[in-house]
Amino acid sequence: MNSMDFLLWVRGPGLAIASIIFVFGMTLRMFEIFMLGRKKNLAELRSSGVKEGFRTIITRSGGVDTYTTKRTMFTHISGWVFHLGMFTAIFLLAPHIELFKSFLGFGWPALPTAIVDLATVIALITLLAILFHRLTSPVMRFLSVGQDYVVWALTFLPLLTGYMTYHHLFFPYTWLLGIHILSICVLLVVFPFTKLTHAVTVFTSRWYNGYMAGQKGVKQ
Amino acid sequence: MSEASLERGLTDLKAQIDAPVASFFSSCVHCGMCAEACLFYTETKDPVYTPIHKLEPMRRLWEQEYTLLGRLKKLLGVSKAVTDGELEEWRGLVYDSCSLCGRCTMVCPVGNDIAYMIRKMREGMSASGNAPEGLIGAATRAIQIGSPMGVKLPALQAQVRHAEKELGFEIPFDLEGAEYMVLMSSMEIMNYPEYLSAIAKIFKQAGKIWTLSSEAFEATNTGIQIGSSDIARELVSRIVNAADKLKVSTVISPECGHAYTAIRWDGPNLMGRPFGFKVRHILEVLDEFREQGLLKTEGFENAKMTFHDPCQIVRRGGVIEQPRRLLNMVAKNFVEMEDAGKMNWCCGAGGGVSANEEADELRIKAFNRKKAQLDELNVDTLVTACANCRIQLEDGLEINDMDIPVVGLTEMLAEHLVETNKTEG
Repeated sequence: MNSMDFLLWVRGPGLAIASIIFVFGMTLRMFEIFMLGRKKNLAELRSSGVKEGFRTIITRSGGVDTYTTKRTMFTHISGWVFHLGMFTAIFLLAPHIELFKSFLGFGWPALPTAIVDLATVIALITLLAILFHRLTSPVMRFLSVGQDYVVWALTFLPLLTGYMTYHHLFFPYTWLLGIHILSICVLLVVFPFTKLTHAVTVFTSRWYNGYMAGQKGVKQ
Repeated sequence: MSEASLERGLTDLKAQIDAPVASFFSSCVHCGMCAEACLFYTETKDPVYTPIHKLEPMRRLWEQEYTLLGRLKKLLGVSKAVTDGELEEWRGLVYDSCSLCGRCTMVCPVGNDIAYMIRKMREGMSASGNAPEGLIGAATRAIQIGSPMGVKLPALQAQVRHAEKELGFEIPFDLEGAEYMVLMSSMEIMNYPEYLSAIAKIFKQAGKIWTLSSEAFEATNTGIQIGSSDIARELVSRIVNAADKLKVSTVISPECGHAYTAIRWDGPNLMGRPFGFKVRHILEVLDEFREQGLLKTEGFENAKMTFHDPCQIVRRGGVIEQPRRLLNMVAKNFVEMEDAGKMNWCCGAGGGVSANEEADELRIKAFNRKKAQLDELNVDTLVTACANCRIQLEDGLEINDMDIPVVGLTEMLAEHLVETNKTEG
């Protein structure tokens, strides 16, 4: 297989298969969660909890109390910086928007490539810092399992290969682009079966949290 | 109840897993933030006390039973089954080092309600025979005698007689049609009888008809703490039956945190039906009296004082502003701790920790967080609204040679009542 065959395969059948697994997997996971249901709260409620549920989806993106926020400042900042950098790279790069347009039928304005490039570098550096933190913080090291490191690597690779592709670094462009797309295929395939599902369940979890607290009159 | 066994424990634990639990476990990214919110971690620096780690056996059970990949792994024999030995090992994490205070629930960035899950995990622990001895003893006494501390009706009657003598008027017992039925905690009957006198004085001034019930005066619920819905339901049903029999319109939960959770929030769900009466915490009732002009006080405390928020009343119960409005009626120099209100730190003894001797050492260590909060303020008096917190606070202050009296809010208000009914009484 030469580099062009490889590129054609990953951007064609490869990406299609990975996308199908991703969509099917995520649907399955959501089904697995919601089929468990939950009992109706029979206590006299202070509010329906719905408003607080939605509110918590937003408010939980920041710290709640001064003590804990101070002591988890690195996690807060690195979390924000990494996610913003990654979203910029995924959704605001012109070639990516073209790809989404071919799927969805509509696009949106792109950011200048230099800015996306900077965001990617920031995301990569932040990810390295996050890994260092995971390896050196006693709590995170204790909590971490193999999956945490695998998922870290699988998130790091698309960003790194994307950066290398754009700058034509070390390898021929066709190979680089093929490898970049392959790394995304791998990410899509493992996504529904790892903690990456938090990208979706973060909304439902925050909602449940705020909803249950709101029913008792505890605001977020 | 059937005999405890691993099989029963796992069956019960499986039955506890609902959509929120599955969503929570699917969301955890192992960021470790919950550790910094937990006083058992901050005061020991031992990562084993990271809240989400306390749920690891439950997480594996969820994965193996309720996810396709987990089931496949189980089928192929590559996943680790939850064993009795493992649950026994986890006892210290699920009971000794968790007061169900719910701070972790408030800080988790993905929104996991960890305290909600620990409560559920305890169902599996108790059904598999892995609850701590102290809590098993308390639960047995609660079921057989009617109180976790073994307090019987004659003890309450003696306190009532004593209070009546001091007050000069009668304390109503089993009064049908009373508006309020007042519950007590064993701790209040044995250690803080002033609570009962305070209630009697306040209700007399407010002109409200209330009663105690000889069939259900104990508000605490060990079933909630040990994690047994069967026991919790039995204890709640005693209160519900008495309230229905006396046809009261409101049942008042005493100055006790988990009693409020048990009767106010869990009660109807345990019974499987809404109650025919309202449930209110005493602070809510007093605040209603204040609003209606029925709680009249005179004079102020000049001492510098602060309020310790009992977790189950505030963070897990939603009674946040009431104690502050009430305190300001009688305190001139009331100051707040850092992170007061819904994010205040636990005393370290809630959720059954105080009834569990195995947790004694850790409980005292955990108090150091409250000590640090108090050291910053330099107050003369510490006010709270939970007899269990109060015992722990007194214990911790004593051990640390801190000379700060701890006072219950209800009794402090009672001391400042305008005695308008003197002649009528």
